[in-house]
Amino acid sequence: MPGPIDERKRRRRSIAIALALAGMVILFFVITLIRLGGNVAERTL
Amino acid sequence: MSTTSAEIRGTISAPADGGSVSDFIALLKPRVMSLVVFTALVGMVSAPGDIHPVIAFVGLLCIAVGAGASGALNMWYEADIDARMQRTAARPLPRGRIEPSEALAFGVVLAAFSVMTLGLAVNWTASSLLALTIGFYVFIYTIWLKRRTPQNIVIGGAAGAFPPLVGWAAVTGGISLESISLFLIIFIWTPPHFWALAHYRSRDYESAGVPMLPVTAGHEETRRQILIYSLLLAPIALVPSLLGLAGPAYTLTAAILGAMFVRLALILYRTRRRDAADRAAKRLFRFSILYLFAIFAVLLSEHALARLANIAGSP
Repeated sequence: MPGPIDERKRRRRSIAIALALAGMVILFFVITLIRLGGNVAERTL
Repeated sequence: MSTTSAEIRGTISAPADGGSVSDFIALLKPRVMSLVVFTALVGMVSAPGDIHPVIAFVGLLCIAVGAGASGALNMWYEADIDARMQRTAARPLPRGRIEPSEALAFGVVLAAFSVMTLGLAVNWTASSLLALTIGFYVFIYTIWLKRRTPQNIVIGGAAGAFPPLVGWAAVTGGISLESISLFLIIFIWTPPHFWALAHYRSRDYESAGVPMLPVTAGHEETRRQILIYSLLLAPIALVPSLLGLAGPAYTLTAAILGAMFVRLALILYRTRRRDAADRAAKRLFRFSILYLFAIFAVLLSEHALARLANIAGSP
C-alpha cells in the first residue's frame, strides 16, 4: 500500500501532468490562431 | 545494450518508489538545456528574415523540450555509468528515484512532442534538424560512440552544435554557410571543453569504463589534443565575421577571447606536474564555458540591436 509520501509525490506528479496538458492545449490554440490568422489575411478572394 | 532496472538496482540500494516532479526536471538536464536554448536563440536572431514572436517562442520551447528529451534518454541509457561516477551518482536513476522504463517513456514522449510540434508550428526543415539532433545524441553519441572510442565527443559533439542550425532553419526554412559557421564553432569547441573536464576527472571516467582520451591515450596526449583544437577554434570563431554575419564587436571579442583560450591551452600543455595540470585544466574548462557564452552573447546583441534600430528607423 502506498505511504503518505508516495501519495503526495503522486498528487504532485498528477498536477504537473495536468498543467502540462493544459499548457499544450493553450499552446496549440494560440499557434492555430496565429497560423490561421495569417493565412486568412493572405487568402485570394 | 541498455541497463535494466535490475542491473541498476544492483549498484544502488534504494528501490524506485516513484520520482518527484523535481526528479523528472533533473532528467531534462536543465543546465545543458539552457545552453542549447541560448545557442538556438542566437541562430534564430542572427538569421535573415522575420518570424512571428509567438512562433519563435514555440520554436525555442520545442528545441528546449527536444534537448530535455535527449538528456532523459541519455540518462536512461547511462544509468550504470552514472552510478559509478562521483559527478553523476546523485542523478535520479542511479539513486533509484525513477524507474528506467519511466525515464525512457518520458524521453520518447517529449522527443516526439517536440519534433511534431516544431514541424506543425514552425517548419519541417527545423523539425527534421531537431529530430537529427536528438537521434545523433542518443544513437550516435550515447549508444554507439561513448563506450567505444576516445573520439566519442569529437563526433558526438555535433549533437550539441546543431541547435543554432535549428534556430536558423526555424526562421529561414533552410541551412546556409552562415549557420554552418555557428555549427562549426560549437563543434570545434566541444573537444577541448570536455577533454579539459576529463583531464581532472579522469579517475571517474576510468572507474566507469568510459574511454575518454585521458584514460586511453594519457594526460600528455590529451593536453596536446586540447592545444590543437584550441588553435583551430580561435580562427574558426572568426568565420562569421568573414561571412558578414558578425560585426566589429563580435570580431574583437572572438579574437581576444580566442587568444585567451589558446593561452590557457598552452599553459595546460606545458604543465607537466599532474596536480598543477589538473588545476590548469579546470581553469580552461571554466573559461571555455565563458568563452562560448560570451562570443554568442555578443553576436546576439549585435543582431538584436540591429533589429531594434530597424524597427526604430521604420516609418
